Amino acid sequence: MLDTARRFRKNDLSPLVHMESLLERIRTSDLNAFITVDERGALAQAEAACCSIDQGEEDILAGTVIAVKDNICTRDMRTTCASSMLSDFVPPYDAHVVEKLKKRGAIVVGKTNMDEFAMGSTTATSAFGPARNPWDQSRTTGGSSGGSAAAVAAGLCDAALGSDTGGSVRQPASFCGITALKPTYGTVSRYGLVAFASSLDQIGPMGRSARDVAVLFDAIRGHDPRDSTSVPESLPPTSLDGLDLRGIRIGVPGIFFAEGLDRDVERSVRFAISHLADLGAAVVPIDLPHIRSGVAVYYIIAPAEASSNLARYDGVRYGMREADDRDLFSLYCETRSAGFGAEVKRRIMLGTYALSAGYYDAYYRKASQVRTLIARDFRDAFTSCDIIAGPTVPVSAFELDQMPEDPLSIYLLDIYTIPANLAGIPAISIPCGFSDNGLPVGLQLMAPAFKDHLLLGAAMAFQDTTRFHEVKP
Amino acid sequence: MRLTADDVLHSARLARLRLDPGEVEQFRRELSSILDYMDLLGDIDTRGIEPTVHVHALTNALREDVAGPSMPREEALRGAPSVHEGSFDVPMVIEEG
Repeated sequence: MLDTARRFRKNDLSPLVHMESLLERIRTSDLNAFITVDERGALAQAEAACCSIDQGEEDILAGTVIAVKDNICTRDMRTTCASSMLSDFVPPYDAHVVEKLKKRGAIVVGKTNMDEFAMGSTTATSAFGPARNPWDQSRTTGGSSGGSAAAVAAGLCDAALGSDTGGSVRQPASFCGITALKPTYGTVSRYGLVAFASSLDQIGPMGRSARDVAVLFDAIRGHDPRDSTSVPESLPPTSLDGLDLRGIRIGVPGIFFAEGLDRDVERSVRFAISHLADLGAAVVPIDLPHIRSGVAVYYIIAPAEASSNLARYDGVRYGMREADDRDLFSLYCETRSAGFGAEVKRRIMLGTYALSAGYYDAYYRKASQVRTLIARDFRDAFTSCDIIAGPTVPVSAFELDQMPEDPLSIYLLDIYTIPANLAGIPAISIPCGFSDNGLPVGLQLMAPAFKDHLLLGAAMAFQDTTRFHEVKP
Repeated sequence: MRLTADDVLHSARLARLRLDPGEVEQFRRELSSILDYMDLLGDIDTRGIEPTVHVHALTNALREDVAGPSMPREEALRGAPSVHEGSFDVPMVIEEG
């Protein structure tokens, strides 16, 4: 994205030519990365960007091309959540992040494929068919922001937005070889993000480098009174200088290298950590005793919140309606049974059960208490380190036709990404190597709440001295 | 198995989902195995631990009680599957007396 902006200023590339070439790439791509592309609108805005840049517009976002996950509302542009339920839904308003990008002159080229309602880690639960990994089209992009990750990796846009509830920007970033940040909870407004699990959801920037991600992060964050969980304090702009790692303590939890981690993923991640040490960081072992229960906690809390949030799809105010004139109860049942796919139904059922009379204390309350212990583990760990490092995902991208059938085995792949959502802390995934069969591997870094800039700075320092993020599929 | 078909049907009713017999059996099997996995939480001592419902210590964010501009009615109704005289249209809820 920054490269594009620089070329615009040097008159080396015009926004219109750039847009035309990206639209051509999107048209000929087989990745199924986009659900909706607004060619006409994008070209008109690119033409406008040509004029404004000629007239001296200095905003580096002007004319840059952003792909937006299809659960982030865009005024007059279909927003489907990759669900039959919303396949014709055209929002009457822009999400806060979209408003901010448009004001800066960035162009929303289209809406990207995802797991239905962001529930999944493969982008295979999409009602519009799976997205395909640009490194190997027989493999998953990861998810749920798989379309955004594939679009960035394949050069179909300059940068993208995703959303992350349990790893949904970081895991596809790891599988597709790009950089993505899950910001501190509350730093980016959720206004206009279709709610999945409100206490965990956060919109995250995705790009080809940590600097691109930092610029996009600064563009979308800030207080918004329309999201009551939006944090009031305003942080200074993120420095693009890169962090001097000398004196920085990198904590490495042994549990992140235990059973279930592929050996080639482990090799790349261990290399990356030793590289951070070469840059001057001190590597210290840390303990996160309750992390192993993160998956169980998450798969109670997230479905519980989802079962409540998705009650709004009732066939009355927007979205699909399955015709049934008998009574309201049948209208709800017929609409919801026809509109939701299997994974969404599974999670609504799980969440409804966990919240139902007689089970609330055993599941929801217990999980919320263990969530407190997990957040406490991080607070304790951050007294002896500044950044926590480990793998983003225990594996590299798997074949779409070899996906585990049992949902629990897929859920368990979220083991490293879930804790940051439960604790509300920032986490980033950056490319750090390749598996034995040439697929990207991601390094995850986590920091205390509101230290997003520390992660971005460390990622810049890593990328200034490595080439993994520059390798293209 | 942990759940009975009736447990599944009860949750489905609460969630306003109609399941066919195949789905009932599938969810019974899958949800039972997921809930078995959740048993690991039972081994964790949480006596006296406050549950976390929100990660930051924010208090309720309330706005001034002043009327502001809101979405025009036509726009709010634009996505509705059925509209009747400027309102959302639903099947009859209360019988005419």
